[in-house]
Amino acid sequence: MKNVRWLGLGISILLPTVAMASTLETVQNRDSLRCGVNAAQPGFSSLDDDDQYRGLDTDVCRAVAAAALGDATKIDFVPLDSVERFTALQSGEVDVLSRTTTWTSSRDTTLGMHFTGVSYYDGQAFMVASDLGVQSAKELDGAAVCTQSGTTSELNLSDYFRVNGMTYDPVVFDAPEQSIAGFEAGRCDVLSSDASQLYAQRMQLADPDMAVILPEIISKEPLGPAVRQGDDQWFNIVKWSLFAMLNAEELGVSQENVDEHLTSEDPDVMRLLGQDGNFGEAMGIEADWAYQIVKQVGNYADIYDRNVGTGSDFNIARGLNSLWNDGGIQYAPPIR
Amino acid sequence: MIHNQTIIAERPAPSSSVGPVAWLRTNLFNGPINTIFTLIGLYVLYLLVVPTVQWAFINADWVGSTRDDCSREGACWVFVNARFSQFIYGLYPRTEIWRANIVFAGFFALIAWLAIPRLPFKRWVAVFALVGFPVVAYVLLHGGYFDLPRVPTHRWGGLMLTLLLATVGMVGALPIGIVLALGRRSNMPIVKSFCVVFIEFWRGVPLITVLFMASVMLPLFLPSGISVDRLVRALIGLTLFQSAYMAEVIRGGLQAIPKGQEEAAAALGMTYWKRMGLIVLPQALKMMIPGIVNTFISLFKDTTLVMIIGLFDLLGIVQAALSDSRWLGFSLEGYVFAAFMFWIFCFSMSRYSQYLERKLHTGHKR
Repeated sequence: MKNVRWLGLGISILLPTVAMASTLETVQNRDSLRCGVNAAQPGFSSLDDDDQYRGLDTDVCRAVAAAALGDATKIDFVPLDSVERFTALQSGEVDVLSRTTTWTSSRDTTLGMHFTGVSYYDGQAFMVASDLGVQSAKELDGAAVCTQSGTTSELNLSDYFRVNGMTYDPVVFDAPEQSIAGFEAGRCDVLSSDASQLYAQRMQLADPDMAVILPEIISKEPLGPAVRQGDDQWFNIVKWSLFAMLNAEELGVSQENVDEHLTSEDPDVMRLLGQDGNFGEAMGIEADWAYQIVKQVGNYADIYDRNVGTGSDFNIARGLNSLWNDGGIQYAPPIR
Repeated sequence: MIHNQTIIAERPAPSSSVGPVAWLRTNLFNGPINTIFTLIGLYVLYLLVVPTVQWAFINADWVGSTRDDCSREGACWVFVNARFSQFIYGLYPRTEIWRANIVFAGFFALIAWLAIPRLPFKRWVAVFALVGFPVVAYVLLHGGYFDLPRVPTHRWGGLMLTLLLATVGMVGALPIGIVLALGRRSNMPIVKSFCVVFIEFWRGVPLITVLFMASVMLPLFLPSGISVDRLVRALIGLTLFQSAYMAEVIRGGLQAIPKGQEEAAAALGMTYWKRMGLIVLPQALKMMIPGIVNTFISLFKDTTLVMIIGLFDLLGIVQAALSDSRWLGFSLEGYVFAAFMFWIFCFSMSRYSQYLERKLHTGHKR
C-alpha cells in the first residue's frame, strides 16, 4: 500500500510534462487567453485612463484571443518584467508572450520558445535637435551622443561610428527618462535608442517639434510574439493570427469594411474570411477565425495606425513595416 | 526708612531677553558667523521654496481631463486627477469599486478605534480586526460568494494593494518574529538551531531575490496545473522575510530585560509562557517600539518591490500610467503624488509610535 502511494506520487510528478493538455484546450477551458505584455511601453502596451491596455503588442494578443476564442476581450494581460518574461512563458503562466521582444537566434534556440513572426520591425535610430539642421546620420561626426548604459544600443553606436569613420562623444544615462532630460538640457546633440522608444521620448519634450528623428536605422530589432516550444498547433494559431492581419491589409479588408467583404467574389478574400474552405479546422479553431480578428481587432494597418502610426500621438511612418508591395518588408504567406 | 520706599510696579522683561526678537537674537543672530550662516540659510530656503510653491500651486493646472488642459508652466495635477481611481484601486473594475471602498472604510475605522484610547471594547475590536475583518475583506475584494462577481487578484492594485501587502506583512511578521526571537533564545537545541537557520537564511537574501524566486522559480518547480496566486506568493515571501528582521529586533528587546525579572517570575511558579507573556514580553516590546516601527516603515516602502513580479502597487501603477502616450512627460507629477502618499502613511506610523512610547512610558528610559 505504501509503495503504491509512493508510485502514485512519482507518477503525478512525472506525468504532467507528458500528458499536458494542449495550449488551445487550456485556453478554451479557461475561456481566456493569458498574454504576457510590457507594463509600460508607450505605443506597444500601456494602460489608458479607463484601465485598458492599449498598444500594438496588446492588439496582437487580442487577435490571438479573437482567433482562438472568438472574442477579443477574453484576455488576462499579465504585465511582465524583461527578466521574468521568458520564465513566465516556459512555466505556462502565460500562453503568448507579446512584449517588445527582439527575435534573436539565441532566444529562439536556447530558451524553449518559438517566435511566431514579426509584428514590428524596429531598429536603432538617432534623434537630433531640429535647429542643428542635420539631415542624415552621416553628418554626425564629432557629436555628443546620449545613450542608455548596458543596452545593445551602446554597442551598435560604437560599431556604426567606427564603420563610417566618424568620432563621437558618448554621454551615458541609466534610464530613458534621464537620457531625454539630458537631451533636453543640451548635454548632448544626439539621442540614440530604438526608433519606437525615440518617438515616445520625443513626446516627453516640452516642445516635441524641437527634435527630429533621422531616417537611418543602424540595427535590426525585429519584435514579435513568442510561444512555448512543443505545441505546434498553438504555434500555428499565433503565427497565422498575425499573418491574417497582414493578408487582410493586403486584400484591402479592414475593420470598417470587413462585413461588406463577406459577400466578396474574390477567392482570396473568401478564403481569408472563411467563406470558401475551412482553414481554421486544421488549427482546431472556427472557420471564421480571420473574420473575427479583422472585425474585432482590425487588419495590420488598423492596429499600426491606431497605436503608433498616423492615428496616434507618435505618428511613426510605416517605413520597413509597410507591406512588401508598398516598399516595406511585411510579407505574409497566402491563406489557401 | 522702609516706609519711604515705593513699590515699583512689576514690569515685563525687556524685549531683549524674551519674545520673538530675543529668540531671533539668541538663536539665529548671536554673532557675526551665525548671522552669516542664517542669512545664507534663508537665501537657500528662498531659492528652494519659491520655485516649488510656484510649480506645485501657483502655476499648476488643477481642472480638466486631457493633457491639453495643462499649460506646462507648472504642475499638471490634471494627470493625477484623471488617473486617481487607478492609483487608488489599480485595475479593480470601476463598477465594483464600492466593495473596495467598504474595505477601506472598515480598515481605517478599525485602526482609528484601536488607536483612540477613549473608545471601549478594545479587546473585541482587536479580535474582530485580526480574525473577522480579513475574512470580510477577502470575500468583498475577491468576490465569488454571495453573487459578488469574482475579481482576480491581478486586477488589484494601487494604494489598495500597497496597504494590503503592508498590513498582511506587518500583522503576519510580528507574531512570527516573536516566536522566532523566543526560539532563538531557547535552550532546546532543535528549536534554537531551526530559528537561527531560518533567521539567518531570510536575512541573508535580498527581498528582491525572495520575490523573484517566489514569482519566477516556484512555478517551474510546481507540477503544471497547480498554480499559486501571484499575490499570495508575494505575501508569503514578504511576511517570512520581514519576520526574520522582526525576530532580531525583538530579540534585542529581550536581551535588554535583566535576567532577574525572569528568574523572579520563575520563583513565583510561573510557567514559561506566563513568564514570557506577562513579565518579559510586555517590558521588551515596549522598549522595542522604535525598532518595530522602523521595521514596519521599511516594510511599507519595500512593498514597492513587488513591481518586478508584475503586481501594480502604488508606485507601479503610477509608473505604468506615465507610459500612456496621452500622458507622456508628466513623470514629476506622478512621482510627487506617490511620494506624498507614502509620506502620509509613514509619517502617521511614526507619529503614532511616538505617542505610544509616551503613553507606555513607565520610567524605563535611562
